[in-house]
Amino acid sequence: MIEVESLTKRYGRATAVDGVSFRVEKGEILGFLGPNGAGKTTTMRILTCYLPPTGGTARVGGYDVFEQPMEVRRRVGYLPETPPLYPDMEVEEYLGFCAKIKGVAPKERRSRIGDAMEKTRVGDVRSTLIGKLSKGYRQRVGLAQAILHNPDVLILDEPTAGLDPKQIIETRELIRGLGGDHTVILSTHILPEVSMTCGRVVIINNGRVVAEDSPENLTRRLAGAGTLRLEIRGDESAVLEAVRGVAGVLAAHVRGGHDGAVIVDVEAEAGTDVRADLARAVVGGGHGLLGLEQHGMSLEEIFLHLTTTDETEATGAAEGEGGMPS
Amino acid sequence: MTALRNVAAIVQKEWHHYFGSPIAWVALFVWTLLFGIFFYFGITFFLEMSMRASQQAMQYGGPTRLSLNEMLIRPVIQNMAVVALFIAPMLTMRLFAEEKRQGTLELLATSPLSDLQVVIGKFLSASGLYLLMILAGLVNVALMWTYTENPPEWAPIVTGALGLLLLGGSFLAMGTFVSTLTRNQIVAGILSFCLFLGMWTLGWADSPTAGPVMKAVSYLGVTSHLEDLAKGVLDLKDIVFYLSVIIFGLFLAHQSIESQRWRA
Repeated sequence: MIEVESLTKRYGRATAVDGVSFRVEKGEILGFLGPNGAGKTTTMRILTCYLPPTGGTARVGGYDVFEQPMEVRRRVGYLPETPPLYPDMEVEEYLGFCAKIKGVAPKERRSRIGDAMEKTRVGDVRSTLIGKLSKGYRQRVGLAQAILHNPDVLILDEPTAGLDPKQIIETRELIRGLGGDHTVILSTHILPEVSMTCGRVVIINNGRVVAEDSPENLTRRLAGAGTLRLEIRGDESAVLEAVRGVAGVLAAHVRGGHDGAVIVDVEAEAGTDVRADLARAVVGGGHGLLGLEQHGMSLEEIFLHLTTTDETEATGAAEGEGGMPS
Repeated sequence: MTALRNVAAIVQKEWHHYFGSPIAWVALFVWTLLFGIFFYFGITFFLEMSMRASQQAMQYGGPTRLSLNEMLIRPVIQNMAVVALFIAPMLTMRLFAEEKRQGTLELLATSPLSDLQVVIGKFLSASGLYLLMILAGLVNVALMWTYTENPPEWAPIVTGALGLLLLGGSFLAMGTFVSTLTRNQIVAGILSFCLFLGMWTLGWADSPTAGPVMKAVSYLGVTSHLEDLAKGVLDLKDIVFYLSVIIFGLFLAHQSIESQRWRA
């Protein structure tokens, strides 16, 4: 459905997208993962015919985005990073306008609008001014606009950004439901989001594709890696000794402490789960285990893992400063 | 067919913005108020002059009737041209600037309609509102048919109104272009006003002693072409001039939108 070949986009001297190639089959949900400024939005803008590429080709449904933009636009629904809404319009009015410019036949307009509103659950605000809607509703109205003309391809730029957890779950469910009928590309910088919604992931960094895999494979490659954070009551040096003695533990540092408890960050070898052993060692050493939690890897760490061939070596180097951005 | 539908959709949307905000109402209010004031003072002046003229005619002979067209309607139309100079930036400044600021240009640019359709739709919506303003002002003139025994000639009124429409249309087309240059409405408004003022003052280059260069410059001024139309002279060269300015403005707007895509 979507074929991208050595796509390049330069802004003056800066290269935003550098020889990106990937394919998306019909009905597939592809996750586009990368940190901010990686080139996700630029790639999406090229696919939606908003920007012309500097080099390479991109085809949507067999139509070239540069040669036959109108054919592509008819087949693509696009939700930009900031939903393109007119604050002085009511929701239904806005969708009516969108239906017109997207070439929905007059006879079908009413049913298409109703359908899109139902799917995105914005029916209860249909006659509210968009300017008065909350961020979550705006995002959903933007999504309604994207699916309005029943496009073959949906391109969603960070569809869950700015939503509250409940809305995020609802939106993910909606997107999952759209797969099958529609081909979906969604961008995000949140790793769990990808594993929950996407069948395949393209990881992009500095304008290049660094990895392309299914989320399962990706998580397997990263299993166990990352840091564990333990909260232990006991003497600092004794605690550290006990923790370091567990097989599979690469390093342990004290992060801080309070009220006689120490907080220890433990880095474990990739591919091993040391949590049970750690708990046993701490309790066995006579210390009180107050907490043990898995800290996911930050994107920086993931990139290090994916770009470094020897994965076990990477763990030590990738000392992240925070948990999973979510 | 689809092209027409797309343009109509844009026009409708823009009218929604105009009338959903105070812009259209303020523009209509100011325009009709000033039209009324100019018209009222014009009539008062006309009555005074015709009284004097009839006294003179009794004493020394001569024409007893003054022309309503010449003494009243022509000055009003020329005054309203000045008002158009001030109001046109108000109508065009947000056309593209606001879409850029809100990020909605991305919606238009990724929907199956061409940039030219968007540009034309926006221009037509502004022109439509402006036409409505002119028609609302002409109600003053229409009332003369009910209250005077010797109504004015209608042909010069029509050409005058047409001139006013074309003059304003030139401003609106250029203003549409200026609005594509920035995402700030206020900047677009001020720049447009400066541009319109420039287009206006070019006409001042004309004088009986002016050389060929100055004559050419004055030809490019927007006001010099209004004079004939306000007099009731329908000259093709004036119509062609205004239409060229309008097409040029829309061409610039279209080029500007296209080129920003390449650069952005």
